[in-house]
Amino acid sequence: MKRQYDMLVIGGGPGGALAAKTVAEKGLSVCLVEKRPAIGTPVRCAEGIGKELLTDFLPPDPKWIATEIERAELVAPDDFSMLLEPKMAGSEVGYVLDRKVFDRELVWKAAEAGAETYVKARATAPIMKNGAVAGAVIEQHGQTYEVDAKVTIAADGIESKFSKWAGIDTTVPLREIETCAQYLMTGIDIDPQMTSFFLGNEVAPAGYVWIFPKGEGLANVGIGIGGGKSGAGHRAKDFLDRFVKRKFPQGRIIELIVGGVSVCKPLSCTVADNMLIVGDAARLSDPITGGGIYNAMYTGRLAAETAVTALEMGDTSKAALMPYDAEWRVSKMGKALERNYAVKEVFVKLSDEKLNAIVHSIAKIDLDEFSTLTLITELIKANPSLLLELKHLRSFL
Amino acid sequence: MLNIRRDICGYCGACVSVCPEGALELVDAYLTVDHTCINCGICEKVCPLGALEVVKE
Repeated sequence: MKRQYDMLVIGGGPGGALAAKTVAEKGLSVCLVEKRPAIGTPVRCAEGIGKELLTDFLPPDPKWIATEIERAELVAPDDFSMLLEPKMAGSEVGYVLDRKVFDRELVWKAAEAGAETYVKARATAPIMKNGAVAGAVIEQHGQTYEVDAKVTIAADGIESKFSKWAGIDTTVPLREIETCAQYLMTGIDIDPQMTSFFLGNEVAPAGYVWIFPKGEGLANVGIGIGGGKSGAGHRAKDFLDRFVKRKFPQGRIIELIVGGVSVCKPLSCTVADNMLIVGDAARLSDPITGGGIYNAMYTGRLAAETAVTALEMGDTSKAALMPYDAEWRVSKMGKALERNYAVKEVFVKLSDEKLNAIVHSIAKIDLDEFSTLTLITELIKANPSLLLELKHLRSFL
Repeated sequence: MLNIRRDICGYCGACVSVCPEGALELVDAYLTVDHTCINCGICEKVCPLGALEVVKE
Protein backbone atom coordinates (compact mmCIF):
# COMPACT_ATOMS: atom_id res chain seq x y z
CA MET A 1 0.00 0.00 0.00
CA LYS A 2 1.42 3.37 -1.01
CA ARG A 3 1.24 6.47 1.18
CA GLN A 4 -0.61 8.53 -1.41
CA TYR A 5 -3.18 8.08 -4.17
CA ASP A 6 -5.35 10.28 -6.33
CA MET A 7 -8.36 8.37 -5.06
CA LEU A 8 -9.13 6.13 -2.11
CA VAL A 9 -12.26 3.96 -2.30
CA ILE A 10 -13.68 2.58 0.95
CA GLY A 11 -15.62 -0.61 0.23
CA GLY A 12 -15.47 -3.30 -2.46
CA GLY A 13 -19.15 -3.70 -3.36
CA PRO A 14 -20.59 -2.74 -6.77
CA GLY A 15 -20.43 1.02 -5.97
CA GLY A 16 -16.78 0.98 -4.91
CA ALA A 17 -15.77 -1.32 -7.74
CA LEU A 18 -17.33 0.90 -10.43
CA ALA A 19 -15.75 4.01 -8.88
CA ALA A 20 -12.29 2.42 -8.77
CA LYS A 21 -12.57 1.04 -12.31
CA THR A 22 -13.73 4.37 -13.76
CA VAL A 23 -10.86 6.34 -12.20
CA ALA A 24 -8.23 3.72 -12.99
CA GLU A 25 -9.27 3.73 -16.65
CA LYS A 26 -8.36 7.43 -16.73
CA GLY A 27 -4.82 6.53 -15.67
CA LEU A 28 -5.12 7.96 -12.16
CA SER A 29 -3.88 6.13 -9.07
CA VAL A 30 -6.61 4.36 -7.09
CA CYS A 31 -6.60 2.31 -3.91
CA LEU A 32 -9.68 0.22 -3.05
CA VAL A 33 -9.95 -1.20 0.46
CA GLU A 34 -12.39 -3.92 1.50
CA LYS A 35 -12.60 -4.87 5.16
CA ARG A 36 -13.77 -8.42 4.46
CA PRO A 37 -11.28 -11.13 3.53
CA ALA A 38 -13.23 -11.89 0.34
CA ILE A 39 -15.12 -9.73 -2.14
CA GLY A 40 -18.83 -10.52 -2.44
CA THR A 41 -19.22 -12.54 0.72
CA PRO A 42 -21.09 -12.87 2.94
CA VAL A 43 -23.93 -12.03 0.55
CA ARG A 44 -26.43 -9.52 1.91
CA CYS A 45 -28.83 -9.30 -0.97
CA ALA A 46 -31.86 -10.91 -2.64
CA GLU A 47 -29.79 -10.69 -5.87
CA GLY A 48 -32.52 -9.53 -8.26
CA ILE A 49 -31.93 -6.82 -10.89
CA GLY A 50 -33.80 -5.52 -13.93
CA LYS A 51 -32.28 -6.64 -17.20
CA GLU A 52 -32.12 -3.21 -18.79
CA LEU A 53 -30.42 -1.77 -15.72
CA LEU A 54 -27.57 -4.21 -15.76
CA THR A 55 -26.77 -3.90 -19.45
CA ASP A 56 -25.94 -0.25 -18.76
CA PHE A 57 -22.69 -1.51 -17.28
CA LEU A 58 -21.59 -4.85 -18.64
CA PRO A 59 -22.83 -7.56 -20.97
CA PRO A 60 -24.70 -10.37 -19.19
CA ASP A 61 -22.47 -13.31 -18.40
CA PRO A 62 -23.75 -16.80 -17.47
CA LYS A 63 -20.93 -16.94 -14.92
CA TRP A 64 -22.81 -14.67 -12.53
CA ILE A 65 -26.40 -15.04 -13.72
CA ALA A 66 -28.20 -17.70 -11.70
CA THR A 67 -31.54 -17.34 -13.53
CA GLU A 68 -33.28 -15.29 -16.17
CA ILE A 69 -36.66 -14.08 -14.96
CA GLU A 70 -39.63 -13.92 -17.34
CA ARG A 71 -42.54 -12.97 -15.09
CA ALA A 72 -43.53 -12.02 -11.59
CA GLU A 73 -46.49 -12.56 -9.31
CA LEU A 74 -47.86 -10.32 -6.62
CA VAL A 75 -49.67 -12.25 -3.88
CA ALA A 76 -52.31 -10.48 -1.79
CA PRO A 77 -52.73 -11.05 1.95
CA ASP A 78 -55.65 -13.45 1.15
CA ASP A 79 -53.34 -15.50 -1.15
CA PHE A 80 -54.96 -14.24 -4.39
CA SER A 81 -52.20 -13.91 -6.94
CA MET A 82 -51.81 -11.39 -9.74
CA LEU A 83 -49.53 -12.16 -12.67
CA LEU A 84 -47.22 -9.56 -14.15
CA GLU A 85 -46.02 -10.56 -17.55
CA PRO A 86 -44.30 -8.69 -20.36
CA LYS A 87 -46.38 -8.40 -23.54
CA MET A 88 -43.97 -10.60 -25.36
CA ALA A 89 -44.00 -13.82 -23.41
CA GLY A 90 -40.61 -15.44 -23.09
CA SER A 91 -38.61 -12.23 -23.08
CA GLU A 92 -36.47 -11.90 -19.98
CA VAL A 93 -37.24 -9.03 -17.68
CA GLY A 94 -34.62 -9.53 -15.06
CA TYR A 95 -31.89 -11.63 -13.60
CA VAL A 96 -31.23 -13.24 -10.30
CA LEU A 97 -27.50 -12.87 -9.85
CA ASP A 98 -24.88 -14.84 -8.07
CA ARG A 99 -23.48 -11.91 -6.10
CA LYS A 100 -20.42 -13.78 -4.88
CA VAL A 101 -19.26 -14.15 -8.47
CA PHE A 102 -20.70 -10.85 -9.72
CA ASP A 103 -19.02 -8.65 -7.09
CA ARG A 104 -15.71 -10.41 -7.61
CA GLU A 105 -15.97 -9.84 -11.36
CA LEU A 106 -16.55 -6.11 -10.84
CA VAL A 107 -13.55 -5.74 -8.53
CA TRP A 108 -11.46 -7.85 -10.89
CA LYS A 109 -12.36 -5.44 -13.70
CA ALA A 110 -11.28 -2.51 -11.49
CA ALA A 111 -7.98 -4.26 -10.75
CA GLU A 112 -7.50 -5.05 -14.41
CA ALA A 113 -7.99 -1.35 -15.20
CA GLY A 114 -5.14 -0.56 -12.82
CA ALA A 115 -6.73 -0.07 -9.40
CA GLU A 116 -4.84 -1.41 -6.39
CA THR A 117 -7.07 -3.62 -4.27
CA TYR A 118 -6.61 -4.63 -0.63
CA VAL A 119 -8.79 -7.09 1.28
CA LYS A 120 -9.10 -7.46 5.04
CA ALA A 121 -8.12 -3.80 5.00
CA ARG A 122 -10.37 -1.56 7.07
CA ALA A 123 -10.62 2.22 7.23
CA THR A 124 -10.65 3.09 10.95
CA ALA A 125 -10.68 6.90 10.71
CA PRO A 126 -10.55 9.66 8.15
CA ILE A 127 -7.41 11.79 7.95
CA MET A 128 -8.68 15.34 8.39
CA LYS A 129 -6.72 18.38 7.17
CA ASN A 130 -8.15 21.88 7.67
CA GLY A 131 -11.56 20.35 8.38
CA ALA A 132 -11.61 18.33 5.15
CA VAL A 133 -11.11 14.63 4.45
CA ALA A 134 -7.60 14.00 3.13
CA GLY A 135 -7.47 10.20 3.15
CA ALA A 136 -7.90 7.51 5.76
CA VAL A 137 -6.16 5.44 8.36
CA ILE A 138 -6.18 1.86 7.08
CA GLU A 139 -5.58 -1.22 9.21
CA GLN A 140 -4.51 -4.44 7.54
CA HIS A 141 -2.92 -7.57 8.98
CA GLY A 142 -2.06 -5.80 12.23
CA GLN A 143 -0.38 -2.85 10.48
CA THR A 144 -1.64 0.71 10.42
CA TYR A 145 -1.19 2.83 7.31
CA GLU A 146 -1.90 6.52 6.85
CA VAL A 147 -3.09 6.79 3.28
CA ASP A 148 -3.40 10.27 1.80
CA ALA A 149 -5.83 10.75 -1.07
CA LYS A 150 -6.90 13.78 -3.06
CA VAL A 151 -10.42 12.35 -3.20
CA THR A 152 -12.05 9.67 -1.05
CA ILE A 153 -15.17 7.73 -2.05
CA ALA A 154 -17.29 6.34 0.77
CA ALA A 155 -18.79 3.14 -0.63
CA ASP A 156 -19.02 1.38 2.70
CA GLY A 157 -22.60 0.20 2.45
CA ILE A 158 -25.47 0.08 4.90
CA GLU A 159 -23.15 -0.02 7.92
CA SER A 160 -21.25 3.00 6.58
CA LYS A 161 -19.25 4.80 9.25
CA PHE A 162 -16.81 6.77 7.15
CA SER A 163 -19.11 9.70 6.32
CA LYS A 164 -20.26 9.82 9.93
CA TRP A 165 -16.68 10.12 11.13
CA ALA A 166 -16.24 12.95 8.64
CA GLY A 167 -19.18 14.79 10.23
CA ILE A 168 -22.16 13.77 8.04
CA ASP A 169 -25.19 12.29 9.80
CA THR A 170 -26.08 9.06 8.04
CA THR A 171 -28.31 7.57 10.76
CA VAL A 172 -31.31 5.72 9.30
CA PRO A 173 -34.54 6.26 11.30
CA LEU A 174 -35.78 2.98 12.85
CA ARG A 175 -39.06 3.07 10.93
CA GLU A 176 -37.18 3.63 7.67
CA ILE A 177 -35.02 0.56 7.65
CA GLU A 178 -36.15 -2.81 6.36
CA THR A 179 -34.72 -5.51 8.56
CA CYS A 180 -34.27 -8.62 6.42
CA ALA A 181 -33.63 -12.34 6.63
CA GLN A 182 -33.31 -14.77 3.76
CA TYR A 183 -32.72 -18.46 3.23
CA LEU A 184 -31.24 -19.99 0.13
CA MET A 185 -33.54 -23.00 -0.13
CA THR A 186 -33.37 -26.16 -2.15
CA GLY A 187 -35.94 -28.87 -2.87
CA ILE A 188 -38.82 -26.42 -3.17
CA ASP A 189 -41.65 -26.43 -5.70
CA ILE A 190 -41.34 -23.14 -7.61
CA ASP A 191 -41.59 -21.72 -11.12
CA PRO A 192 -37.89 -21.17 -11.88
CA GLN A 193 -38.63 -18.26 -14.25
CA MET A 194 -40.92 -16.31 -11.92
CA THR A 195 -40.27 -14.04 -8.98
CA SER A 196 -42.98 -13.85 -6.29
CA PHE A 197 -43.83 -11.06 -3.89
CA PHE A 198 -46.13 -11.64 -0.90
CA LEU A 199 -47.81 -8.66 0.72
CA GLY A 200 -49.68 -8.29 3.98
CA ASN A 201 -49.42 -7.16 7.56
CA GLU A 202 -49.50 -10.75 8.82
CA VAL A 203 -46.90 -11.98 6.33
CA ALA A 204 -44.50 -9.04 6.34
CA PRO A 205 -45.56 -5.83 8.14
CA ALA A 206 -44.35 -2.73 6.26
CA GLY A 207 -42.40 -4.95 3.88
CA TYR A 208 -42.78 -8.06 1.76
CA VAL A 209 -41.71 -11.66 1.34
CA TRP A 210 -39.87 -12.55 -1.86
CA ILE A 211 -39.05 -15.72 -3.72
CA PHE A 212 -36.23 -15.20 -6.23
CA PRO A 213 -35.42 -18.42 -8.11
CA LYS A 214 -31.80 -19.40 -8.64
CA GLY A 215 -32.46 -22.62 -10.54
CA GLU A 216 -34.71 -25.70 -10.51
CA GLY A 217 -36.12 -26.06 -7.00
CA LEU A 218 -33.62 -23.48 -5.71
CA ALA A 219 -34.44 -19.94 -4.58
CA ASN A 220 -33.69 -17.03 -2.31
CA VAL A 221 -36.69 -16.98 0.03
CA GLY A 222 -36.53 -13.82 2.08
CA ILE A 223 -38.36 -11.13 3.95
CA GLY A 224 -37.99 -7.51 4.88
CA ILE A 225 -40.12 -5.94 7.58
CA GLY A 226 -40.24 -2.32 8.73
CA GLY A 227 -37.79 -1.62 11.56
CA GLY A 228 -40.63 -0.17 13.60
CA LYS A 229 -42.46 -3.52 13.43
CA SER A 230 -39.49 -5.57 14.61
CA GLY A 231 -38.88 -6.76 18.16
CA ALA A 232 -38.50 -9.77 20.42
CA GLY A 233 -40.62 -12.66 19.08
CA HIS A 234 -41.54 -10.84 15.86
CA ARG A 235 -38.28 -10.29 14.05
CA ALA A 236 -37.56 -10.78 10.36
CA LYS A 237 -36.35 -14.33 11.02
CA ASP A 238 -39.52 -15.18 13.01
CA PHE A 239 -41.74 -14.08 10.10
CA LEU A 240 -39.55 -15.90 7.59
CA ASP A 241 -39.64 -19.14 9.58
CA ARG A 242 -43.44 -18.91 9.72
CA PHE A 243 -43.69 -18.34 5.96
CA VAL A 244 -41.29 -21.16 5.10
CA LYS A 245 -43.05 -23.60 7.41
CA ARG A 246 -46.36 -22.86 5.70
CA LYS A 247 -45.11 -22.69 2.11
CA PHE A 248 -42.10 -24.99 1.87
CA PRO A 249 -42.23 -27.45 4.78
CA GLN A 250 -40.11 -29.96 2.83
CA GLY A 251 -37.49 -27.44 1.71
CA ARG A 252 -33.90 -27.50 2.91
CA ILE A 253 -32.00 -24.40 3.98
CA ILE A 254 -28.48 -24.19 2.64
CA GLU A 255 -27.61 -20.58 3.48
CA LEU A 256 -28.77 -17.89 5.93
CA ILE A 257 -28.48 -14.29 4.79
CA VAL A 258 -29.35 -11.23 6.90
CA GLY A 259 -29.22 -7.54 6.22
CA GLY A 260 -30.63 -4.06 6.54
CA VAL A 261 -31.96 -1.98 3.66
CA SER A 262 -32.66 1.71 4.09
CA VAL A 263 -35.99 2.97 2.70
CA CYS A 264 -35.47 6.56 3.85
CA LYS A 265 -34.78 9.59 1.70
CA PRO A 266 -31.22 9.80 0.36
CA LEU A 267 -28.67 11.82 2.37
CA SER A 268 -29.46 15.50 1.98
CA CYS A 269 -25.99 16.01 0.51
CA THR A 270 -23.73 13.27 -0.87
CA VAL A 271 -20.51 15.29 -1.23
CA ALA A 272 -18.11 17.12 1.08
CA ASP A 273 -14.68 18.62 0.51
CA ASN A 274 -12.58 15.88 -1.16
CA MET A 275 -15.26 13.25 -0.56
CA LEU A 276 -18.21 11.63 -2.38
CA ILE A 277 -20.69 9.13 -0.96
CA VAL A 278 -22.23 6.42 -3.17
CA GLY A 279 -24.74 3.55 -3.11
CA ASP A 280 -26.16 2.20 0.15
CA ALA A 281 -23.79 4.44 2.14
CA ALA A 282 -25.63 7.44 0.62
CA ARG A 283 -28.99 5.75 1.42
CA LEU A 284 -29.79 5.26 -2.26
CA SER A 285 -31.59 1.93 -2.20
CA ASP A 286 -35.09 1.95 -3.67
CA PRO A 287 -37.75 2.62 -0.99
CA ILE A 288 -40.26 0.22 -2.58
CA THR A 289 -38.22 -2.68 -3.89
CA GLY A 290 -35.14 -2.30 -1.71
CA GLY A 291 -33.04 -2.76 -4.85
CA GLY A 292 -29.67 -1.07 -4.72
CA ILE A 293 -27.21 -2.80 -7.06
CA TYR A 294 -27.86 -0.54 -10.04
CA ASN A 295 -28.05 2.61 -7.90
CA ALA A 296 -24.66 1.81 -6.38
CA MET A 297 -23.04 1.09 -9.74
CA TYR A 298 -24.54 4.19 -11.32
CA THR A 299 -23.51 6.53 -8.50
CA GLY A 300 -20.10 4.85 -8.15
CA ARG A 301 -19.36 5.53 -11.79
CA LEU A 302 -20.82 9.05 -11.74
CA ALA A 303 -18.94 9.99 -8.56
CA ALA A 304 -15.69 8.82 -10.13
CA GLU A 305 -16.33 10.74 -13.36
CA THR A 306 -17.04 13.91 -11.36
CA ALA A 307 -13.91 13.35 -9.27
CA VAL A 308 -11.76 12.91 -12.39
CA THR A 309 -12.97 16.24 -13.77
CA ALA A 310 -12.35 17.91 -10.41
CA LEU A 311 -8.86 16.42 -10.17
CA GLU A 312 -8.04 17.67 -13.68
CA MET A 313 -9.17 21.17 -12.63
CA GLY A 314 -7.11 20.91 -9.44
CA ASP A 315 -10.14 21.68 -7.28
CA THR A 316 -11.81 18.91 -5.28
CA SER A 317 -13.74 21.15 -2.90
CA LYS A 318 -17.36 20.41 -2.04
CA ALA A 319 -18.46 23.01 -4.60
CA ALA A 320 -16.37 21.36 -7.32
CA LEU A 321 -17.85 17.92 -6.51
CA MET A 322 -21.45 19.17 -6.27
CA PRO A 323 -22.25 18.32 -9.91
CA TYR A 324 -22.28 14.65 -8.81
CA ASP A 325 -24.99 15.30 -6.23
CA ALA A 326 -27.00 17.51 -8.60
CA GLU A 327 -26.79 15.05 -11.49
CA TRP A 328 -27.94 11.88 -9.75
CA ARG A 329 -30.87 13.76 -8.19
CA VAL A 330 -32.26 14.75 -11.59
CA SER A 331 -31.40 11.41 -13.20
CA LYS A 332 -33.96 8.69 -13.89
CA MET A 333 -32.72 6.96 -10.74
CA GLY A 334 -33.02 10.10 -8.61
CA LYS A 335 -36.55 10.76 -9.81
CA ALA A 336 -37.55 7.14 -9.20
CA LEU A 337 -36.21 7.34 -5.65
CA GLU A 338 -38.23 10.47 -4.95
CA ARG A 339 -41.44 9.02 -6.43
CA ASN A 340 -41.03 5.59 -4.84
CA TYR A 341 -40.41 7.15 -1.44
CA ALA A 342 -43.77 8.90 -1.68
CA VAL A 343 -45.51 5.68 -2.84
CA LYS A 344 -43.85 3.69 -0.06
CA GLU A 345 -45.12 6.13 2.56
CA VAL A 346 -48.69 5.35 1.41
CA PHE A 347 -48.28 1.60 0.92
CA VAL A 348 -46.78 0.83 4.33
CA LYS A 349 -49.95 2.20 5.91
CA LEU A 350 -52.47 0.19 3.83
CA SER A 351 -54.64 -2.37 5.61
CA ASP A 352 -54.82 -5.96 4.40
CA GLU A 353 -58.39 -5.32 3.15
CA LYS A 354 -57.13 -2.52 0.98
CA LEU A 355 -54.16 -4.52 -0.27
CA ASN A 356 -56.53 -7.37 -1.16
CA ALA A 357 -58.79 -5.01 -3.09
CA ILE A 358 -55.88 -3.54 -5.02
CA VAL A 359 -54.44 -6.90 -6.06
CA HIS A 360 -57.90 -8.34 -6.84
CA SER A 361 -58.67 -5.43 -9.15
CA ILE A 362 -56.35 -6.93 -11.76
CA ALA A 363 -55.65 -10.58 -12.40
CA LYS A 364 -52.99 -9.98 -15.00
CA ILE A 365 -50.97 -7.02 -16.17
CA ASP A 366 -49.23 -7.06 -19.51
CA LEU A 367 -46.29 -4.81 -19.03
CA ASP A 368 -44.54 -2.82 -21.74
CA GLU A 369 -41.76 -2.13 -19.37
CA PHE A 370 -41.07 -4.15 -16.27
CA SER A 371 -40.73 -1.47 -13.64
CA THR A 372 -42.27 -0.28 -10.39
CA LEU A 373 -43.54 2.78 -12.22
CA THR A 374 -45.56 0.78 -14.77
CA LEU A 375 -46.85 -1.43 -11.96
CA ILE A 376 -47.98 1.54 -9.88
CA THR A 377 -49.54 3.25 -12.88
CA GLU A 378 -51.53 0.10 -13.78
CA LEU A 379 -52.63 -0.42 -10.18
CA ILE A 380 -53.90 3.13 -9.97
CA LYS A 381 -55.72 2.84 -13.30
CA ALA A 382 -57.63 -0.13 -11.85
CA ASN A 383 -58.13 1.53 -8.46
CA PRO A 384 -59.03 5.16 -9.11
CA SER A 385 -59.76 5.60 -5.41
CA LEU A 386 -56.06 5.07 -4.71
CA LEU A 387 -55.45 8.40 -6.34
CA LEU A 388 -57.17 10.09 -3.41
CA GLU A 389 -54.56 8.68 -1.07
CA LEU A 390 -51.80 9.27 -3.54
CA LYS A 391 -52.95 12.80 -4.33
CA HIS A 392 -49.57 14.34 -3.75
CA LEU A 393 -48.14 11.71 -6.07
CA ARG A 394 -49.92 12.86 -9.18
CA SER A 395 -47.02 15.09 -10.15
CA PHE A 396 -44.70 12.08 -10.27
CA LEU A 397 -46.80 9.80 -12.46
CA MET B 1 -24.94 -2.02 28.84
CA LEU B 2 -25.37 -3.61 25.44
CA ASN B 3 -24.73 -7.31 25.25
CA ILE B 4 -23.75 -8.60 21.81
CA ARG B 5 -24.45 -12.29 21.38
CA ARG B 6 -21.89 -13.24 18.78
CA ASP B 7 -23.28 -16.76 18.55
CA ILE B 8 -26.54 -15.28 17.20
CA CYS B 9 -25.25 -12.21 15.29
CA GLY B 10 -25.22 -12.55 11.50
CA TYR B 11 -22.92 -9.47 11.22
CA CYS B 12 -25.23 -7.76 8.72
CA GLY B 13 -24.75 -4.20 9.96
CA ALA B 14 -28.45 -3.24 10.13
CA CYS B 15 -27.90 -2.11 13.75
CA VAL B 16 -24.92 0.05 12.79
CA SER B 17 -27.04 2.06 10.36
CA VAL B 18 -29.73 2.96 12.94
CA CYS B 19 -27.42 3.67 15.89
CA PRO B 20 -27.88 7.39 16.62
CA GLU B 21 -24.56 7.58 18.50
CA GLY B 22 -22.34 5.76 16.04
CA ALA B 23 -21.44 3.46 18.93
CA LEU B 24 -21.62 0.21 16.95
CA GLU B 25 -19.16 -0.94 14.37
CA LEU B 26 -18.98 -3.99 12.18
CA VAL B 27 -15.39 -5.16 12.03
CA ASP B 28 -15.22 -7.89 9.40
CA ALA B 29 -17.21 -10.74 10.96
CA TYR B 30 -17.88 -9.33 14.39
CA LEU B 31 -19.74 -6.41 15.88
CA THR B 32 -18.30 -4.06 18.49
CA VAL B 33 -19.85 -1.44 20.77
CA ASP B 34 -17.94 1.45 22.33
CA HIS B 35 -18.44 3.70 25.38
CA THR B 36 -20.67 6.16 23.49
CA CYS B 37 -23.61 3.68 23.64
CA ILE B 38 -26.57 5.21 25.48
CA ASN B 39 -28.55 1.95 25.86
CA CYS B 40 -31.41 3.36 23.77
CA GLY B 41 -32.36 -0.12 22.54
CA ILE B 42 -32.96 0.83 18.89
CA CYS B 43 -30.43 -1.77 17.72
CA GLU B 44 -32.06 -4.39 19.94
CA LYS B 45 -35.37 -3.83 18.10
CA VAL B 46 -33.99 -3.78 14.57
CA CYS B 47 -31.78 -6.89 14.72
CA PRO B 48 -33.26 -9.52 12.34
CA LEU B 49 -31.92 -12.35 14.52
CA GLY B 50 -32.17 -11.02 18.08
CA ALA B 51 -28.45 -10.86 18.80
CA LEU B 52 -28.51 -7.66 20.84
CA GLU B 53 -29.86 -7.02 24.31
CA VAL B 54 -29.72 -4.02 26.57
CA VAL B 55 -28.92 -5.40 30.03
CA LYS B 56 -29.74 -3.38 33.13
CA GLU B 57 -26.61 -2.98 35.28
